Amino acid sequence: MKYNFDFASLQEYWPEFLRGALMTLEMTVIACVFGLVIGVLCAIGRRGKRKWLATLCGAYVEIVRNTPYLIQIFFIFFGLASAGLKLPIFAAAVLTMVFNVGAYTAEIVRAGMDTIHPGQIEAAEALGLSTPQIYWDVILRPSLERVYPSLSGQFVLMMLSSSVTSQISAEELTGVANSVQSESFRSFETFIVVAVLYFGMAMMLKFAFHLFGQAIFPRRRRLGTPL
Amino acid sequence: MSAVVKLHDIHKSFGSVEVLKGVSFEIAKGEVVAIIGRSGSGKSTALRCINRLETIQSGTLEVCGHRIDNEAVDLRALRQDVGMVFQSYNLFPHLTVEENITLAPRRVKKLANRDARALALESLQRVGLAEKIDAYPEQLSGGQQQRVAIARSLAMQPKVMLFDEVTSALDPQLTGEVLRVMETLARGGMTMVVVTHEMAFARRVANRVIFMHQGKVWETGPGDMLADPKTPELRDFISNGL
Repeated sequence: MKYNFDFASLQEYWPEFLRGALMTLEMTVIACVFGLVIGVLCAIGRRGKRKWLATLCGAYVEIVRNTPYLIQIFFIFFGLASAGLKLPIFAAAVLTMVFNVGAYTAEIVRAGMDTIHPGQIEAAEALGLSTPQIYWDVILRPSLERVYPSLSGQFVLMMLSSSVTSQISAEELTGVANSVQSESFRSFETFIVVAVLYFGMAMMLKFAFHLFGQAIFPRRRRLGTPL
Repeated sequence: MSAVVKLHDIHKSFGSVEVLKGVSFEIAKGEVVAIIGRSGSGKSTALRCINRLETIQSGTLEVCGHRIDNEAVDLRALRQDVGMVFQSYNLFPHLTVEENITLAPRRVKKLANRDARALALESLQRVGLAEKIDAYPEQLSGGQQQRVAIARSLAMQPKVMLFDEVTSALDPQLTGEVLRVMETLARGGMTMVVVTHEMAFARRVANRVIFMHQGKVWETGPGDMLADPKTPELRDFISNGL
């Protein structure tokens, strides 16, 4: 096999790559923030006393975790459009990401909540804390600290999976790569560049999550041990 | 002296098993009462009914003016008046000692953050652990954790304190340090209900001892009654414990 690499011809596309990478990051940040909110609410809903809510949250988690991500994207973009709700590409892509990562986050957060010993909750009740205060201070905070490594891993995975949204022509990094390689005819080089960019962004995200974790979990920062 | 805790004919079942079969007793302000008995005698359940961690099926239960048998009782107000210390400490592992102590005063009593540290320090001084204010629970021994748990309860300035086998998870040396703190509290006039297996403590510190057996108050009297039990069940319990 003989192949002459020519990265020079990709130089003119750098602004495109950069724009795609930024859009990938933008989509990921939005998905992480809203996905975390949905995940936490859903995890609380599944533990709650209202059976219909627990069933609803459970059904959402199971549906998302047991269907392909690509089908979820097609469902939201093409399916809803057929039913009369035509979403812009960016909105459909981000909505699918939120919908998807929310379910995985719910399971991770629920696993964290399950590690809270009932005695902790009893102690908080005995101190007179209200149910929302107990949820926030005694259940959620230590749960999130405990599952933070899995959670941040899931978010990095979400960033990588966002490449699938190129299938509905979202102009994130993979979408840009598709256009670039069809214009430049340098597929191999294009995907090498894109792979390196994804790798760099994943490393950057991991580091950002590490710094964020150190900032919001003082116990972790001081002791350096898992909770 | 007026009673701050009044239990009258309390019945409590878990499923088909009746664990409290008509329990009645009263505790006066400033009194220290030790509840002793075998495992399964209902002593911990009786204690947990006092701050409504367990609900009762029938009977009347009044604590610091709160009618606990009433469904509409203000639980948060009740629990500000009644502190509780558990066998397994139950400190919050993600919070420092200071945060453990000040969480409830800040959240429930809306104490300002600047006053919180002073309160934590004052409570810790009472249990002899002021130097551990910035430590995390995992950095403390079992005895120290239990003393912090006592300080955490004290910070809410309760009128009554409940102790549920607080030394059962500790070795004899650590048990001693916790019991000394409790003895100091008792001498300071705190109303205390102590479920315990520490007979020497019950005898020395308690104004009154309640022996529970098969879900009932079987025998009650001053600490000296342990030296001269009237019922064969208490005699049996004491001789097996020695």
